[in-house]
Amino acid sequence: MRTRQSNDSRTTAGIVALVAVALLIGGAFAGLVLEGARDPSGALAAFDGYLLRVARFTLWQALLSTLLSVAPALLVARALSRHPGFPGRRLILQLFTVPLALPAIVAALGVLALYGHAGYFAHVLGKLGGGEWSGIYGLSGILIAHVFFNLPLATRLFLEALGTVPADQWRLASQLGIGARPAFRLIEWPALRSALPGVAGLVFMLCITSFTIVLTLGGGPAATTLEVAIYHSLRFDFDPARAVVLTLLQIGLTFVVVTALTRLGANTVGDANLPVAPRRYLSAGKVEAVLNAGLIVLALLFVAGPMVAIVLAGREADLGRLAGEDAVRRATLTSAGLAFLSALLAVALSLSLIAARRALALRRRAGSAMSLLEHATDTGAGFVLVVPPIVVGAGWFLALRNVTDVFAVAPVMVVAVNAVMAMPFAIRAVRPAYDAASERHERLCLALGISGWNRLRLVDWPSLRRPLATGFAFAMALSLGDLGVIALFGSDSVQTLPYLLLARMGSYRTADAAGLALLLGLVCLILVVAADWMGREAKA
Amino acid sequence: MTTTSDGIGAQEALALTLDGVSFSYGEAAFRFDAGFAAGRITAIMGPSGSGKSTLLSLIAGFETPDAGKVLIGGIDVGDAAPSARPVSMVFQENNLFAHLSVEGNVGLGRTPSLRLTSADRHAVAEALARVGLAGKEQRLPRELSGGERQRVALARVLLRDRPVLLLDEPFASLGPALRDDMLDLVAGIHAERHMTVLFVTHHPQDARRIGQEIVFVDEGRVAATGSAADFFDRSGPDAFRRYIGDRGGSVAGSQHIARKPT
Repeated sequence: MRTRQSNDSRTTAGIVALVAVALLIGGAFAGLVLEGARDPSGALAAFDGYLLRVARFTLWQALLSTLLSVAPALLVARALSRHPGFPGRRLILQLFTVPLALPAIVAALGVLALYGHAGYFAHVLGKLGGGEWSGIYGLSGILIAHVFFNLPLATRLFLEALGTVPADQWRLASQLGIGARPAFRLIEWPALRSALPGVAGLVFMLCITSFTIVLTLGGGPAATTLEVAIYHSLRFDFDPARAVVLTLLQIGLTFVVVTALTRLGANTVGDANLPVAPRRYLSAGKVEAVLNAGLIVLALLFVAGPMVAIVLAGREADLGRLAGEDAVRRATLTSAGLAFLSALLAVALSLSLIAARRALALRRRAGSAMSLLEHATDTGAGFVLVVPPIVVGAGWFLALRNVTDVFAVAPVMVVAVNAVMAMPFAIRAVRPAYDAASERHERLCLALGISGWNRLRLVDWPSLRRPLATGFAFAMALSLGDLGVIALFGSDSVQTLPYLLLARMGSYRTADAAGLALLLGLVCLILVVAADWMGREAKA
Repeated sequence: MTTTSDGIGAQEALALTLDGVSFSYGEAAFRFDAGFAAGRITAIMGPSGSGKSTLLSLIAGFETPDAGKVLIGGIDVGDAAPSARPVSMVFQENNLFAHLSVEGNVGLGRTPSLRLTSADRHAVAEALARVGLAGKEQRLPRELSGGERQRVALARVLLRDRPVLLLDEPFASLGPALRDDMLDLVAGIHAERHMTVLFVTHHPQDARRIGQEIVFVDEGRVAATGSAADFFDRSGPDAFRRYIGDRGGSVAGSQHIARKPT
């Protein structure tokens, strides 16, 4: 029967995608377990004071980062929502989406160029501190970078929460003459409070799994998180037993956090929607208006600062010479190729899961429960967020080192891991469009016998082209800027742009690093803007 | 055999039988036993949720019965995919692919690969002319009115030329005058092709206008069948009369007007 067949091919595609993802993650776990079993006493011995210190610092920096990002974000979001006519409000909000697009290593470089001991602010900061400015390596650097990423994200999420307050409540408040303070207590705070656990949880999760920022700004063993310690134990000390223990600890930690998050109903992917300004019927008093404006300008300066620094520092670099350099050219080509393949794989995996989920949902009778398979295609993709790329990389690193040359498989690992990590984002871009198109076309296709290749060509491709492109561009930007797996598997023969950037930073060729960062940041930004634009066109 | 304007010979009309067809959907359970005479227009009426659309879906093959047989022209079509059944269907909405031109949407009735020969294009143009859309081949569905979009769907029905036509409230969202036009178009197509037509409607006047037979569905079962003339007569089935309400006098109408605030 044709009905069943077309459903089956979609289900098969979903099963293939699930198996691929399971193999990638399962293989990593197998590597870890085998390594641990090989040397259990070594693994036990790895539980030492150092490990505890690292675990404690991981939690501590995440907690501080969350606090410093979320508390100001509450105030900034409220200020922005109070002043829908604030000059440049739209532009500010758009600027607040940029950190999401910037690769972590680029942002780290921007922070260093601004606050580092040779940064633009070093002179001023030195005078303030009385003496020479020593730079911001360590906890302070990590916190600044994390707040740079997460303050804008949290602000946008809170602003969205405030946007859910019905206009009628504001009309009522203005009619009843409710002032700023009671309005906050009665109207704004309930909306913010309901969003708070989710937003704080998301930021905490992002900070606990942050690798690049800690690697580049931590500056030493005193400020090391579990992920960076995994990297060190594999790349420098080569202590597999310690790597196993660190990895298991990291998995346990993220698992606990994600479980708590889903209980709180958090959205672990982070929305990139730009909230529109609804009409407000409450005018702020003069003092409040000045305070709010000051708050918004401060946040703006803090977020824009590193971006401006990236551009300024990048322009000082000898871009012409960089572009002519063999290593740079090779890294650019490698990066582009790997990111392209990774994005292609991410979109293919996502589409398979989406189609299978839809096919299974269509076959299921209303009222009956979801099968395990449908659950897997539905929420399975979100689970990969529990397993940070470094963990997957570490598992495979340990598993493969006895079998083959670990550095030779770098391209495969980078493509596979980055594709799987980008999957939740690609799914978010494509699934609503796919389900809506299926809702409209399913019966028509059945009735007219449009299936297989004809259906893909005539029906699915035209309606999914744009969302697929959105998912692709987003996945490509993520993969292009990623410094996770490549940090473990990279070598002189396989270098991506972020890897090269890290190497240049390590050898104190700061100008080169700044030039590369500008290039990388721009490409990622263009990709994300394109993704956003295509996504919006698709909705219209 | 009659020959129609686009040169396709109309097929012989087929009778339709539902033999103990049972189906459950969540809490709701359906059981249909009904026969539909070949070449007649049958109006299917009944309250919301009574199973009218489910009945059509079972015939079209979108739903698979838990038990029982669907016979079209005496042949059990239970194992056939929807596209393989001798059936065309027009839905209330989403009959067209929004990104395909009118020509493409009608052409899909000829071949699902949409590789049209010049003869195919000619046939598409003729079918469009028959439904009053001559020259609109290159329009996109969004450039058409609601009524025109359903005309495109009917043009595709002409091109597919299947002996059974199922209409699931395709004109429900149109105004009364436009609905009458569309019903007359359906009646005209029926007069040319003599297909077996089943159409679901909520409006008694629709059933009166073109319905020859009436099947009344209630609570997941076929509650009554008969000729349209009998149904709308004073002697029609009680359940049906309750469903359509007392439409005999003009008293209700004048009362309604009197109550309007001035």
